[in-house]
Amino acid sequence: MSWRRLATYGPFLALLVACLFFSTQSSRFLTLDNFSLISQQVMVVGVLAIGQTLVILTAGIDLSCGMLMALGSVLMTLLAGQAGMPPALAILLGVGATTVAGLLNGLLVTRIKLPPFIVTLGTMNIAFALTQIVSRSQSVTDVPPLLTALGSTVTLFGTRIAFGTVAMMAMYAVAWWLLRETAGGRHVYAVGNNREAARLAGINTDRVLVIVYTVAGALYGVASLLAVARTGVGDPQAGQTENLDTVTAVVLGGTSLFGGRGVVLGSLIGALIVGVFRNGLTLMGVSSVYQILVTGILVILAVATDQWSRRGA
Amino acid sequence: MHLSLAPLSRCLSSGRRRSVRRAIRFLIGVTSLSAVACTRADDQQPIIGLVTKTETNPFFVKMKEGAEQAATAQAVRLLVGAGRSDGDNAGQAAAIENQVAAGAKVILISPSDAKAIVPTISRLRRDGVLVIALDSPTDPLNATDGFFGTDNFKAGVLIGAYAKARLGATAPKVVTIDLIPGHPTGAQRHNGFLKGLGLPSNERESNENAAPPEVVCMGDSVGDQAKAQTVMENCLLSAPGVNVVYAINEPSAAGAYNALVKAGRDKDVFIVTVDGGCRGVADVAAGHFAATAQQYPVRMAELGVQAAIEFLRSGKKPEGFIDTGVALVSDKKLDGVESLSVAEGTARCWGAK
Repeated sequence: MSWRRLATYGPFLALLVACLFFSTQSSRFLTLDNFSLISQQVMVVGVLAIGQTLVILTAGIDLSCGMLMALGSVLMTLLAGQAGMPPALAILLGVGATTVAGLLNGLLVTRIKLPPFIVTLGTMNIAFALTQIVSRSQSVTDVPPLLTALGSTVTLFGTRIAFGTVAMMAMYAVAWWLLRETAGGRHVYAVGNNREAARLAGINTDRVLVIVYTVAGALYGVASLLAVARTGVGDPQAGQTENLDTVTAVVLGGTSLFGGRGVVLGSLIGALIVGVFRNGLTLMGVSSVYQILVTGILVILAVATDQWSRRGA
Repeated sequence: MHLSLAPLSRCLSSGRRRSVRRAIRFLIGVTSLSAVACTRADDQQPIIGLVTKTETNPFFVKMKEGAEQAATAQAVRLLVGAGRSDGDNAGQAAAIENQVAAGAKVILISPSDAKAIVPTISRLRRDGVLVIALDSPTDPLNATDGFFGTDNFKAGVLIGAYAKARLGATAPKVVTIDLIPGHPTGAQRHNGFLKGLGLPSNERESNENAAPPEVVCMGDSVGDQAKAQTVMENCLLSAPGVNVVYAINEPSAAGAYNALVKAGRDKDVFIVTVDGGCRGVADVAAGHFAATAQQYPVRMAELGVQAAIEFLRSGKKPEGFIDTGVALVSDKKLDGVESLSVAEGTARCWGAK
């Protein structure tokens, strides 16, 4: 198998092998209920990772995603719960806030030509501080039912499936189609491959970048709603590790950190790999620290495979 | 702990696909995990889950050891998990869900976030899982089937009374280095300390830190040494008249002590704190801290496992708050204040000695 093909199919194989391994180790692993549980545990990182994939495809990186998610969830729960705003409006305002933050990221990257790492490091800290200020560092409870609706389940084939999981799958499907089948999607790849060449080819690269960061911001807003749905509270301490968790998912999914190469569905697989190890090791009675160990090893492998595939190509 | 992919190739040998074999070899080579056959880990032993705040804090390491010993003695299987950092609610939620998926009927948990974990716990309790909080309560307290921990208000009263006796006739000028706003544990220790010191304070049910005029400076450390040092440095600038420091835990106390030493104030200001870890007791012995209130994580774990086994055998649930004890440890005995000596405190401490 060439490195190139390994880079494409490796993530899926790794997930498959992990699943096979855990199903030999615990009779409780290979059940629909357990897979439903794993998918609920990865849905927040999974949706954040769609935005992160878009940014990384343009050869950028977004460190602000987790903190924006926390900000969005605290805003929507505060507005709906304590300020008594109609829940639907509160959700829209929460998503709107993260979208505006994404737009701000995009404008700073393109207009002032700052590196994405620095821009999003800044917005990450701003989002963290705003979250603590508006929530006074307290979890927001008394959340209206509409905000947790995505956490409720529908029973299919005797398995409880969360609406949030379905929503995540749908967003992946849409993102995959847009990136693959539309001109805009191909522009994202072109900008990531070689921004100057893309510009010379007539692509408005700044516009592509602003749209990518803004769409990513909107996706972080949806992730905030999923986070509220999952835990039932607006949690100001949330989001502290999600920025790197999403980068992990994207890299494990085979998307190149150098931009221009990768498939968005890979990021879902990357998120699932992490979730499957966390769940499977617990079922085996092994400390979840080993999940972090295995994740670290797999990340290095994934990046190395990407490097080798570039050399071969 | 070891786990292995090697036996998997045997398990799969019937369906020999070249690509699958390659992928397996690929993973075996890189993850280098070793030795367990195609056996299933599930067996007939009852399962208990323990979820601590972090894997690394010596307090929780000791708690985990205590739980493991109690579980082995009682022939139950213990699953352990933790959040990735203090405050990681999503990590704790995933850990307890996975433990219940693994078959745990009882969960022992030290909640990182008293409120945020409640919906997850409520969902599991509706499905018949017994949930006991260890060390830190949930908010509200009755979101779990019981809370086994230190009486934090009493811990505060003990060090407050000690500080009062040590100050004697001198009027207290207090710096408090607190946890985070609104946290029950932080507020109970803070308010207990002020009450023990004889100052106006809030009652034990309050989650707000009292601030009488004798408290000349307050700041939050989140229990972190570096942050506590910064708080203390700033307080020394804004309130140089300070004569007693209360710190939420021993790492915070260590940070405060560093600040005092750097400012040359360590001889005329003394520190009282809560925890009773071996490092903290050693700091008391060295005269860095005047006193600490010692808590007992092993006792929390033992009582938690016992209650879990009682529930598994008879269905009987524990009720409300169970005090796992707290004792004052100080470098010198003061009249009218009962305390353990440093030697006694060291014998009962947790963490590396």
